[in-house]
Amino acid sequence: MVDQSIASLAQKLRAKEISSVELTQDYLARIKQLDGQLNSFITVTDEVALAQAEAADKLIAAGSTSALAGIPIAHKDLFCTDGVLTTCASKMLHNFVPPYESTVTGRMLASGVVTLGKTNMDEFAMGSSNENSYYGAVKNPWNLEKVPGGSSGGSAAAVAAGLCVAATGTDTGGSIRQPASFCGISGLKPTYGRVSRFGMIAYASSLDQAGPMARSAEDCAHILQSIAGFDGNDSTCSEVAIEDYTANLDAPLDGLTIGLPKEYFGDGLNNDVATVIQDAVKEFEKLGAKVKEISLPNLNLSIPSYYVIAPSEASSNLSRFDGVRYGYRCEEPKDLMDMYKRSRGEGFGKEVQKRIMVGTYALSEGYYDAYYLKAQRIRRLIKEDFVNALAEVDVIMGPVAPTTAFGIGAKTDDPIAMYLEDIYTLSINLAGIPAMSIPAGFADGMPVGLQIMGNYFAEAKLLNVAHKFQQATDWHTKNPSLAEGA
Amino acid sequence: MSLEKQDVLKIAHLARLALDDNDAEQYQHSLTSVLDLVEQMQSVDTDGVEPLSHPLEAKQRLREDVVTEENRREAFLANAPQTEAGLFLVPKVID
Amino acid sequence: MNWEVVIGLEIHAQLSTQSKLFSGAATSFGAEPNTNTTLVDLGMPGALPVFNKEALRMAVMFGSAVNAEIGMTSVFARKNYFYPDLPKGYQTSQMDHPIVGKGFLDITLDDGTVKRVGITRAHLEEDAGKSLHEDFHGMTGIDLNRSSTPLLEIVSEPDMRSAKEAVAYVKMIHSIVTYLGICDGNMAEGSMRCDINISLRPKGQEEFGTRTEIKNVNSFRFIERAIYTEIERQADILEDGGKIVQETRLYDPDKDETRSMRSKEDANDYRYFPCPDLLPIELTQEYVDDIAANLPELPMQKAERFMSEYKLSEYDAGVLSATRAMADYFEEVAKAAGNAKLAANWVMGELSKYLNTEGKEITESNVSAEQLGGLLVRIGDNTINGNTAKSVLQAMWEGQGSADEIIEAKGLKQVTDTGAIEAMIQGVIEANAAQVEQFRASDEDKQKKMIGFFMGQVMKASQGKANPGVVTPILNKLLKG
Repeated sequence: MVDQSIASLAQKLRAKEISSVELTQDYLARIKQLDGQLNSFITVTDEVALAQAEAADKLIAAGSTSALAGIPIAHKDLFCTDGVLTTCASKMLHNFVPPYESTVTGRMLASGVVTLGKTNMDEFAMGSSNENSYYGAVKNPWNLEKVPGGSSGGSAAAVAAGLCVAATGTDTGGSIRQPASFCGISGLKPTYGRVSRFGMIAYASSLDQAGPMARSAEDCAHILQSIAGFDGNDSTCSEVAIEDYTANLDAPLDGLTIGLPKEYFGDGLNNDVATVIQDAVKEFEKLGAKVKEISLPNLNLSIPSYYVIAPSEASSNLSRFDGVRYGYRCEEPKDLMDMYKRSRGEGFGKEVQKRIMVGTYALSEGYYDAYYLKAQRIRRLIKEDFVNALAEVDVIMGPVAPTTAFGIGAKTDDPIAMYLEDIYTLSINLAGIPAMSIPAGFADGMPVGLQIMGNYFAEAKLLNVAHKFQQATDWHTKNPSLAEGA
Repeated sequence: MSLEKQDVLKIAHLARLALDDNDAEQYQHSLTSVLDLVEQMQSVDTDGVEPLSHPLEAKQRLREDVVTEENRREAFLANAPQTEAGLFLVPKVID
Repeated sequence: MNWEVVIGLEIHAQLSTQSKLFSGAATSFGAEPNTNTTLVDLGMPGALPVFNKEALRMAVMFGSAVNAEIGMTSVFARKNYFYPDLPKGYQTSQMDHPIVGKGFLDITLDDGTVKRVGITRAHLEEDAGKSLHEDFHGMTGIDLNRSSTPLLEIVSEPDMRSAKEAVAYVKMIHSIVTYLGICDGNMAEGSMRCDINISLRPKGQEEFGTRTEIKNVNSFRFIERAIYTEIERQADILEDGGKIVQETRLYDPDKDETRSMRSKEDANDYRYFPCPDLLPIELTQEYVDDIAANLPELPMQKAERFMSEYKLSEYDAGVLSATRAMADYFEEVAKAAGNAKLAANWVMGELSKYLNTEGKEITESNVSAEQLGGLLVRIGDNTINGNTAKSVLQAMWEGQGSADEIIEAKGLKQVTDTGAIEAMIQGVIEANAAQVEQFRASDEDKQKKMIGFFMGQVMKASQGKANPGVVTPILNKLLKG
């Protein structure tokens, strides 16, 4: 049951081959059995899930047509969930129970999902390895010595290990796509503004975007259908009409032009990963696509630009965590200043504090022009690179990350090396275009993700392209042995 | 670009983060290496390029001026470390 | 040394929207602590701001009224600093691209001269909450009801050269925002607060001296006194060869002194940057033109109309147009009374006395405009005379009813019956034979002076109810024999 698609589960639920309560019990049992090894959940909400499953069974019996009704899923622990602990994997929020529901989780509830719990992540979504969590590192189900990627590492590991059918993630610089790649699942970062950020605890507001993480592109389409679209509570949420994301999944790819940016295949890309990506591109050619080499000349600048813009926004976004209205307050503050400094110094982890300080510095008097404004100008150059490229090609493809999942602890002493790993994903957030990662093969026994990037609001096209690949290949159906054995 | 320990302490103060001596030294190194990375930006000429704050370059939407929210004080205060008489309490503020 | 004072003002006007700048919470004053708050005003994790349409319209109205350039693209920026009543750790404000750019307004000084004061800019921003320092076991209580309430911060050029000019400027801004209906102008409740930038320079020197900023002064009187006090303090320092420290100070009205706000001396670096949760506000020319075309009548325009339409003096027109509430009250009285001159005299005279005695605003008057109009009608139709009307107004102020009810109840109606009046005058002539004889022996000029005596006697005899208009001709006739 655990590696079935949302569509097939939906059908079985309607055929009464299984009830949502039974399905939910199965998944809760798997979490109990396997998550001790993975640490992919921060909170498991058994009772809530079973109550939701019961309600979903009634909905289905009453004729609900929602594909997600009764489907057990999990949410990254930065979506506020009414009455359910929401920590952002931080000591700062170790006791925070939101008094409201985020738009994403609220819309999924309205679609009838069953929420199994909240998944582990890098603290405040800052990280690429899920090692920066107050609740401990998450393990990659394909190899427990390796990282699952980050920051949505808990969601990726949980989906890959079959602990939930699908999960939500958020992506500020690759946080959906890179863990999807490392764990061998499908993940979509939508266009900036496609999905409401209301109730998502902000890292970098102009880059953050929520999206689905699931076994297949088709499953991603079902979830995107539920969560996408205008929300009056988020000023940056787009009013562009949503599409039917499952309607054209099977559209043929004849004549599709794929752009391959030469900068994505240069120095630093692992040879085995390169081979997997090249093979995947050949598969698309078999499906009728044409390939064209393109250039994104400012790609290298995406790293410095991102590491100014994201920390700058974060330094301000995270100022609200001050020990006054919610979250951690230090013991016995001497005075107000002491309360601020120790609550924040003790409540935030090292990486978070570091990024807050980088951002504080970049925005401070005398440095604003040289850092923040300069980064924003480069941001425009990066966006223009994509706009120009996408005027010539339908989609852009390349690797998600230069390597497969690395070892836990392997890069903790060299954070800059970790930052450089994000070279293929950061620019997408700076430009705001949508991009996916789908399983495309293995290198040294670890999954490799293919990245597919498209034009603004072209999610349906990306899902179509990904789905056709998944119809022709079976990489997305592979399971780690840990999941198979259970 | 190399930061002095004093710079780190000044930034930490602005950001209201308590650092001990050891922390300050660690951050001195790690912040310097981030700033070195960021320094690459200076290699590109961006004269005449407008800064881009939002990827979509959309315009602000307006909300009708109506009161839509009810009093939910008890729910909002429930997460606070210390409250009294409907107020959030903090160590004494001296003006 | 002869010092010249240079003053610039930053006025925070709370916009009278129903809901907050970025949330759907009510803006009402005086609610129980933290009951007018939402996720947004409390800076809850994940909460996002959405901008209030009406606040935008009000800001553009103000810009039009002060002849300012309107920012066709304006941008919200974050001003970052930590304070317990600032829930997000930043204030959403505007920096590089304010909604209102350069403008000006004209103020009339006591000597009648008109002075033009430059407006540097006006921008939208959210207010912070309040820190309550009553003792909660030695702690401070935070009430965030005011958090995210819309403010328009109006920044003037350093164009003012005296406390009087500064007060005249603040009064004009007060008058404009209340006329526009964009701010209730209630300074006691903090709806309008003033930061005063003040420096001295030797007379004739071009360059500005070092300035200090006096924060949050909230009455016209305190503004004037704070400036005098600060001028004196700075002059003393400069005379002694000292230097002014650029700093933020607080005016203490009880001690009539300004003192340094030490806690704010901690060098601030606000790290402004465009708010990534809000998008640029883009206006169309049509929107701006439409607002400009539909602005309500402003104080200066109203004063001119009062002069031409009601034939009021410049002084009277100025007083009656000083606030929109006053102007509206006056016009309603004038309409009800059918006599604008009479209305002007009574509003500025008798009614103002009662208001001043009790320290009330015109909007708090015990006697409504309609009621006062009703009283003046009775003067106009000779039911009562002016003196009686004063005592009727007193009764009205005390809540004894309408003018007609009081006149009726107290039997104050004037006697206009010529027979009765003639009889009364006859009685007065008989009782004052000596004076009558003297009168008849005098020339016309002398007689004119003496007639008052007889009039007084007649009024006394009628208990004030005799209609002077009826009395005069009869009295003249009978006296002359």
